[in-house]
Amino acid sequence: MVTVLLPGPLRGEAGGASRLTVAVTGTLRAVLDELDAAWPRLGRRIRDERGELRRYVNVYVDGEDCRHAGGLDAPVGDGAEVQVLPSVAGG
Amino acid sequence: MVTLLAIGTGKGLFLATSADRRAWEVSGPHFPMTGVYAVAVDKRAGRPRLLAGMTSSHFGPSVATSDDLGASWQEPDRAPVAFPADTGASLGRVWQLTPAGVDQPDVVWAGAEPSALFRSDDGGRSFELVRALWDHPHRESWAAGFGGQAIHSVLPHPRDPARLAVAMSTGGVYRTEDAGASWTPGNTGIRAYFLPDEWPEFGQCVHKIARDAGDPNRLYAQNHHGVYRSDDDGRTWTSIAAGLPSDFGFPMVAHPSRPGTVYVFPLVADAQRFPADHRCRVYRSTDAGDKWEALSVGLPDEPFYPSVLRDAMCADDADPAGVYFGTRSGEVYASPDEGDSWSLVAAHLPDVLCVRAAEM
Repeated sequence: MVTVLLPGPLRGEAGGASRLTVAVTGTLRAVLDELDAAWPRLGRRIRDERGELRRYVNVYVDGEDCRHAGGLDAPVGDGAEVQVLPSVAGG
Repeated sequence: MVTLLAIGTGKGLFLATSADRRAWEVSGPHFPMTGVYAVAVDKRAGRPRLLAGMTSSHFGPSVATSDDLGASWQEPDRAPVAFPADTGASLGRVWQLTPAGVDQPDVVWAGAEPSALFRSDDGGRSFELVRALWDHPHRESWAAGFGGQAIHSVLPHPRDPARLAVAMSTGGVYRTEDAGASWTPGNTGIRAYFLPDEWPEFGQCVHKIARDAGDPNRLYAQNHHGVYRSDDDGRTWTSIAAGLPSDFGFPMVAHPSRPGTVYVFPLVADAQRFPADHRCRVYRSTDAGDKWEALSVGLPDEPFYPSVLRDAMCADDADPAGVYFGTRSGEVYASPDEGDSWSLVAAHLPDVLCVRAAEM
């Protein structure tokens, strides 16, 4: 099982939940695909229609920025924690 | 009768209502912290439907609809406007939402960035890419202006659903006469001073086009320098800039029912994007661009510097028509008498990106 932590602005897209549990492990892509199937509006806030991570959304796998750990191919093992955070952007 | 004015800003959508188009109640923001570049008020199906195209800098673009004047909004689970996987593209933002004619009450067009046209057959809840325009051999040559490369104008033909004109920056005007199956550029006579060939077949930076209220074959264009009229449904264009203080600007608004009447907001120049003469003035022509008059009663007298973006001016559907514009400094002005006099709707809003108004 993988725990996904959601930031405040995205919780409304997941029934108000601040954390979700996903049964899939393997890669971050697989976890996000599972998330997308269950909560499609949440999924498209995190990735665009090509499946790419949106530029100003950061995802950490066990505290490590996925962009430094293989991107969507970052390994996600059983018991991992995936945290979604909006980056510091905007005016 | 109540008039609804929808104001899309850089940080959300504001809704204003008025019984006399002088005193307004403003509510919002809806979709806070999103850029609302496109909004539409669609009254065709017997109920007013609001459509809003918003873009979060973090969480991307979407389109939402409201059938209760903004009390609640509906947004589908699946992205309402999205590029098919084989295109390899992703939606930057929706720049334009345009209901089709009354004979197609469920059809809504969306102009998008990167330059693409989408069609909805369910009143704006879901859209499909218009393939023929996306596959146009010119597309590789369409370039991005400062605002991004987008289709920002969509003009359905009021009598012929097979005919449609769009405009993009850059690229210019493209027309279809077979319901989108094929597209041809319609830029003859529009200058592109920023290119080595100043009179290309396509590649112009057309800022906005509008269709005449009386003659559906008559279009007007505010170009990146140049103000033009076409009398052949966008095939060829002639200058109507004489009489204006400048031929640069962004909006072009046609009166909803009075033939030959259009409104522009001239800026000094490309390199001086301030209101002409540093005065807050709308210019109106009532003879299809032969003559222009400055409209300023009720507008600020002091030097004025904010510009008006391409979709930040509009007319409502009332008689007499109301005319509206919003500035990059967050002020919105309304005229209940076709531009003769103006009053302030709201100030201190975020930068105004678009306005649309209708009688409810």
